[in-house]
Amino acid sequence: MTYLIFKISLWFHLVAAGGFIVFLISRQKVAFRISYWLLLAGFFLHTLFLAMRYVSLGAAPVLDLTSALSFFAWSVTLAYLLLHLKLGLMVLGSFAAPFAAFFMIISSAMNWSDAPAGEGFKSLWLTVHVGTIFLGNGLFAINFLGSIMYLVQEHYIKRKKLGSFYSRLPSLASIDAVNYQSLVVGFPLLTAGMISGSVYAQYALGTYWQWDPKEVWSFLTWLAYAALIHERVAIGWRGRRAAVMSIGCFLLLLFTFIAVSLWMGGYHSFGSLGERRGL
Amino acid sequence: MISIVNLGMNHETAPVDLRECLASDPSGSVRALAAMKNFPSIRECLFLSTCNRVEAMAVTEEPEKTRDATLQILCELGGRSREQLAPSIYFYKDAEAVKHLFRVTSSLDSMVVGEPQILGQVKQAYAMAVREKTSGVIMNRLMHRAFRVAKRVRTETGISESAVSISYAAVELSRKIFHVLEGKEVLLIGAGEMAELAARHLVTHGVSGITVANRTFARGLAMAQLFGGRAISFEELGENLISADIVIASTGSPEPIITYDKVKGCLRKRKNRPLFFIDIAVPRDIDPEVNKLPNVYVYDIDDLKGVVEYNITQRKQESVKAERIVQEEVEKFFKWIDTLSAVPTIVELRNKADSVLANELKKSSSVLGSMTETQREAIITMAKSIADKMINDPIVFLKRTATRTSSHTYLDITRKLFNLDPDRDDLPFGKQ
Repeated sequence: MTYLIFKISLWFHLVAAGGFIVFLISRQKVAFRISYWLLLAGFFLHTLFLAMRYVSLGAAPVLDLTSALSFFAWSVTLAYLLLHLKLGLMVLGSFAAPFAAFFMIISSAMNWSDAPAGEGFKSLWLTVHVGTIFLGNGLFAINFLGSIMYLVQEHYIKRKKLGSFYSRLPSLASIDAVNYQSLVVGFPLLTAGMISGSVYAQYALGTYWQWDPKEVWSFLTWLAYAALIHERVAIGWRGRRAAVMSIGCFLLLLFTFIAVSLWMGGYHSFGSLGERRGL
Repeated sequence: MISIVNLGMNHETAPVDLRECLASDPSGSVRALAAMKNFPSIRECLFLSTCNRVEAMAVTEEPEKTRDATLQILCELGGRSREQLAPSIYFYKDAEAVKHLFRVTSSLDSMVVGEPQILGQVKQAYAMAVREKTSGVIMNRLMHRAFRVAKRVRTETGISESAVSISYAAVELSRKIFHVLEGKEVLLIGAGEMAELAARHLVTHGVSGITVANRTFARGLAMAQLFGGRAISFEELGENLISADIVIASTGSPEPIITYDKVKGCLRKRKNRPLFFIDIAVPRDIDPEVNKLPNVYVYDIDDLKGVVEYNITQRKQESVKAERIVQEEVEKFFKWIDTLSAVPTIVELRNKADSVLANELKKSSSVLGSMTETQREAIITMAKSIADKMINDPIVFLKRTATRTSSHTYLDITRKLFNLDPDRDDLPFGKQ
């Protein structure tokens, strides 16, 4: 039943993603409206699914790669919906929805682990840690997609070749506004996630910091984003250079999120989390 | 049998001196319309005259005579002989005429395809026809369909989307960079005519401040006052580059006025805000290298021309879609015209009465079933004769008026009263 909800939600995401692409090509507003409501419905079902998993596991549903990817896709959609409410950039959906759907597909192709979580995972600190980090990651994903949009649009304007994408993509200023907002909201969330993580580590492992690979790479990612936000806010960096750096930061974040957890071991790795040991 | 005809000329068929002699007198249209109305075989008519075209539409019984009469009216209106006028005139009948009207209204026949003014001009011409009472059932329907086609073409194709003039292309590019122009600062270097035009466009889109730098300070000051801006000297250009968002350069200087180093020097002070240079001077005022700086965009006159040309080819592609819409709507319109004769309307009226009768009998079947055979038959016969009597007078009336000139009006009203076209979406006197 729980997985059926996930599957239905996946279908909603896929159809919505297709609809958003139709909107990008045809520019018919009705395609956007339909896709938007489909995405909302898919998001609602996904939320329901996560809530049910939370109840059945007794902990935040992020303890294996499958769940983590599903939760990441959820965060991307949430970040998109929030930014859409605030800034209302319709074309962003044509990038965010397929992106989220992509991670849901990967997630659905893997096996779920239903083993109940160990006592150490049943902590509010874990939920706060994971919730803030993932929402931050979702916003950074939007920041990444916006940066790609920016680079494409800037390329068209700078080279004076106004292709069909030029008329479909929004103005540079409005894309930059999305990138700025996602960054200044995402960064405090990432910071809060790291602090709550170390508090949780102190409570569960007895130490704030133990040079675990994930901790180190997360800190590097945090530093990269800190540098980016400093350049943007204090120096007034914007446009192309900021977009390129955003993309670099996000690639580092993806590496930390997936590669480090898969192959570098440590107590954060999905291997140790999945076997429900580690803590 | 009635025909819809159209006689006219446009920017392609007639030279400008001919068009202007017809368009010069604003009261000409009213007189032409009155003259058309007085012609015996014309039942309904409409007259449109703009600087790019003249169109005379008529619903008539004798297309050929109407053609001659209308041409004569145009000759008198323009003070030209038939020989002078005839080669520039086109004449369309029925489907061709309707198609032509739809194309004109949706701006497919315009000099600049997709320009928005023509729709308003057609609406005015229709309003005049309504005022002068020269528009009847067919013309009303025809014009409402034409407005509908124009709306469909505008919303379903990208035909009027992109800018096809240099100064408007500059505005559009500015909006692609800055999104909104409210609060943006414009710096004009040189006070030429083109610069003034571009600045005027930017002002109507809400830019907040205009600064003019001109070699002759007095000329710059005059232009600044025109826009409620301020004038500066050439020496102050450097500082003003820091506050400006859009720079329009149009001086006659043989050397570039804005150099790479000059712009580079102010980027940091600008906090990297985007800067858009529009260089409409030949030779160019802005070093093309400036375009390589981050967040700085330089468009010279050739670039803008390139944008315009690209947009024009886009519009041409979109017009293929638009032509398909027009064709569809022409067919729909003639489907309706076909219903405007007495026989099909009478048949449909009878069918309607029969279907109402059948439905009502079905509803009461349980009660009828409990009656005796004779009772049931008596009731059915009575119901039938009530239905027949109800529609008998309308049918007699329609038959009697079938040959009169007003028959279309009666047929149309009958169709509406008895709701014979349930999916009909226009109400001739309703929303406009």
